[in-house]
Amino acid sequence: MPHVSAPMAGTVWKVLVSPGDALDFGQTIMIFESMKMEIPIESDGSGTVKAIRVSEGQTVDQGDPLIDFE
Amino acid sequence: MAKKILIANRGEIACRIIRSAKSLGYGTVAVHSEADRGALHTRLADEQVEIGPARPADSYLKADRIIAAAQSCGAEAIHPGYGFLAENAGFAETCEAAGIRFIGPAASSIRDMGDKHRARTIALAAGVPVAPGSDKVKGDEIDKIQTAAQQIGFPLLLKAAAGGGGIGLRPVEAAADLLSSVEATSRMAERAFGDGAVYLERLIRVARHIEVQVFGFGDGDAVHLYDRECSLQRRYQKILEEARAPQVNERSRAEMARTAVALANASNYRGAGTVEFLYDDETGDYYFMEMNTRLQVEHPVTEMTTGLDIVALQIRQAFGDSLKAELSQDKVKSRGHAIEVRICAEDPARQFIPSPGTIKELVLPVVQGVRFDTGFESGDKITPFYDSLVMKLIAAGDDRAAALERLRAALAGMKIEGLTTNIPFLRKLLDNDDVILGRVHTKFVEHNIKSLMAA
Repeated sequence: MPHVSAPMAGTVWKVLVSPGDALDFGQTIMIFESMKMEIPIESDGSGTVKAIRVSEGQTVDQGDPLIDFE
Repeated sequence: MAKKILIANRGEIACRIIRSAKSLGYGTVAVHSEADRGALHTRLADEQVEIGPARPADSYLKADRIIAAAQSCGAEAIHPGYGFLAENAGFAETCEAAGIRFIGPAASSIRDMGDKHRARTIALAAGVPVAPGSDKVKGDEIDKIQTAAQQIGFPLLLKAAAGGGGIGLRPVEAAADLLSSVEATSRMAERAFGDGAVYLERLIRVARHIEVQVFGFGDGDAVHLYDRECSLQRRYQKILEEARAPQVNERSRAEMARTAVALANASNYRGAGTVEFLYDDETGDYYFMEMNTRLQVEHPVTEMTTGLDIVALQIRQAFGDSLKAELSQDKVKSRGHAIEVRICAEDPARQFIPSPGTIKELVLPVVQGVRFDTGFESGDKITPFYDSLVMKLIAAGDDRAAALERLRAALAGMKIEGLTTNIPFLRKLLDNDDVILGRVHTKFVEHNIKSLMAA
């Protein structure tokens, strides 16, 4: 299943989508905190959100899957 | 047994403070979070104490744990560096109450300058020019807001009294946006700082950021260590700083230094501080912005032009040395020129997004007149939990052109494998004609970002 992956290491500050939501290309799906900055994470695909793979407060590495969609 | 200093910080500034403490013969204690186990500042210090999880709120901002660490190691003084607890008046008081010297100004100075409106009032009384502005207002004081705005004129700048460092600023272009902007800024300030008070000030559109390094003796007497220019910024974060400021009319330069000292004197300021001004190129007018009651990130350019070790001065003062004789104004000279650039883990090709990572290999060239203040070495990890500053590169020369040339040579000779940094952007910046001529202002990077990013 396609997924959106973390563009950088950081901490997940807010998750803005839920399973079942329609997903647009470029839509902000999460806000990360990294190096004292808030970074909006945009979707690089479109479809329907299937699963959220991380939770708020979790630290992730670059490349980690964030959401699955189809 | 040697006296000990605890350094309540991390990264390059902790390493830099440890260096001066050691040179004076003091023992050093590093504190660190779980994420900073084995970090360079812990390797350089004589002792290390872990104070909590990665998040700053759980470690580097935990005043009680830091004081407990100082007590358990028998440290007699704490140097806060910059950021974290450096401008926390309560922390300074808690240190003193625990019998530990806080290496910085009195808590009252921190408090006076921390409230930006109170600082403005004190500056006015000390004869420092301030931009036309208002009293503090709350979001619902409509008459007061409108009267003040009429007197100041548009565009104007809303400032949160408790803000600073670019946080809590909002420009208002026209009367139609005034009330909603005041309301939003006040609400934001209430949430962020627990204080919703805001005030209005005239917006100075094109200006340069010029600041004066001061050093006070705590008794109403202070000296200045000349000025710096820090106009090259991105999102209120400084990128390149230099001493002294190029292209400033000499009368204004002398006046800024004189009024900065007057402000320090007015509050019996102790130790190192920086008075920041906005300088209008066209008129030579200058306006007080804020005073930072701590060591500044860019202090090395002042050190390299005055030959002074500002951190060593801070430490010696905290341990009772009277510096007055050696640091009288006529003995403080500024020679040549120095420029600093901040090397950060951010990706200029992707809108400067943070790029944490591990330095596989770090090679720093040896260039005459060049200093590296680094927080990391080969094999060290730059984590996402703290700011993106990896190291500072400072170059000095007989004049500005010579300093620029050495800076370029040092950047070209650097190797940082495994980590994406802003070095390609810095190299373009140093080749820009306006930067070479010193014709810049605080919006310069923003306005020229396209040409600065072009290959």
